[in-house]
Amino acid sequence: MTAPEVSQESEVDFDVIVVGAGVAGCVAAYQLAQQGRSVVLIERGEAPGSKNLSGGVLYCRGMQKVFPDFLQEAPVERRITRNYINFLNEQSSVGIDYKDSRLVEPVNAVTVLRAKLDPWLAEKCEEAGVFIMSSVRVDRVLTEDGPTGKRVVGVQAGDDELRAHVVIAADGVNSFIAQEVGLRTKQPLNHLATGVKCVVNLPKETVEARFNLTGDQGAAFAVVGDCTQGVGGGGFMYTNTDSISVGVVLRLDDLIAKDKVATEVFDHFLSHPFIAPYLEGGEVVEYGCHLVAEGGMAMVGQIAMDGLVVVGDAAGLTLNTGLTVRGMDLAVASAVAAATGIGSALDHKDTSTAGLAGYGEAFFASPAGQDMKTYAKAPGFLEVERMYKDYGELIGNVLYGIFNLDEQPREHLVKVAFKAFKRSPVKIKHLISDGFAGVRAL
Amino acid sequence: MKSLSVPELLAKNRFELDEEESHIEVNQEVVKATGCGRAIVACCPAHVYTQEADGHISVEYAACLECGTCLAVAATGALKWHYPRGGFGIQFREG
Repeated sequence: MTAPEVSQESEVDFDVIVVGAGVAGCVAAYQLAQQGRSVVLIERGEAPGSKNLSGGVLYCRGMQKVFPDFLQEAPVERRITRNYINFLNEQSSVGIDYKDSRLVEPVNAVTVLRAKLDPWLAEKCEEAGVFIMSSVRVDRVLTEDGPTGKRVVGVQAGDDELRAHVVIAADGVNSFIAQEVGLRTKQPLNHLATGVKCVVNLPKETVEARFNLTGDQGAAFAVVGDCTQGVGGGGFMYTNTDSISVGVVLRLDDLIAKDKVATEVFDHFLSHPFIAPYLEGGEVVEYGCHLVAEGGMAMVGQIAMDGLVVVGDAAGLTLNTGLTVRGMDLAVASAVAAATGIGSALDHKDTSTAGLAGYGEAFFASPAGQDMKTYAKAPGFLEVERMYKDYGELIGNVLYGIFNLDEQPREHLVKVAFKAFKRSPVKIKHLISDGFAGVRAL
Repeated sequence: MKSLSVPELLAKNRFELDEEESHIEVNQEVVKATGCGRAIVACCPAHVYTQEADGHISVEYAACLECGTCLAVAATGALKWHYPRGGFGIQFREG
């Protein structure tokens, strides 16, 4: 028998310290408090949410399991019933407009504004008994040498030290904690993207008229092509109740390789003749950005060690499949799994890496965790250059050949397509290889 | 909608400026030796960094949106970048 790994009761200030009051941190803190654990949630912003930003779409089924009244109570913006997938070229725009009444009920995805959502989550935490410390930056973790190596025993913030059986690093994509303890190393740039976004206020009625919506229904536009001036990534437009979240996500390796300026690409997207009319007359009320982990499964390394687990963005848990871009739902799933794993570790008085293994097991058994594995090849596929320029132009040119009745005799569609194809840098072998890779990756 | 400059966009935000402490430090030697200055300047969505005529990088830390993109594209050792002290920096109202 090995000695119990939980330090003596008298030595700890809390059972669990959670660093970061985002989606992952709040959900983990809430569930642990509900188990009856003593939990402190430390947030460096003035209040929970004030440092947090997302594109805006939350796939909400997991959240509803944690908070059954989430849709009725939480400050969500709109329920996504319309997904618009758009190839945007310099002169043309080709889109798939997918609306589905089955997405109305049960609700599958909602838009959120994190500075509004996260305070609600934190309030739920407080009601459950979590002690919240805002305006406190954690400077480092406290470690001790244990029987199996370095063991995390707490955190230091300024001159204050807090000790706990387990520390949860929910400190976001830059997780200084995960780096400090060696769970994360510097990521290659093709695994990272920068998201640049603004929120544009418009009257509720205008949002609904422009995006063809009724009531609290919402639209999510995913755009690739000229919108990013050919840089790997894409543009997005999400409807809130009386505003629009609009911006671009740019893969850093490609942004640098193409020698583009992030803000110029952002400006180009917002002023694109196919995008600008949606924003006309609106007023920018906020401008922000967020680093996005796009490496998928390849970025997720070890997620637990003696006395510490990492959750959400801090663990590299984001998933871009090209059509759906997910982060917050993975944050929820990892937080739920972490609360389960930590609960069991505390019960068994073993919060070593082995004792916390229940977290990883629960996460990778969850639907979200399984999706991380399923889409492990998606990031590589999405790095294919043709996705961001050539395919959109090819489709646009085929359609132009069909609809442009220019007093020349018409040709059969096959011939039109063939001619457009010949002019395009896309070759048959690309179609076949990309198609095959796409089927395997997505 | 009128296209806004980055300073105009930033003016829409609320910042709690830490007057006493910058959270960003540039190691000019490393930047010069590695040539990563261009990437740092071009990738930062808040235009925190400017490459001056003599090649050195100046920093306007008050504008920082705390995304961490600069640190990701900088060569190792080129930047010392951590979060501002608790309660300081960008305070999102929308997010």
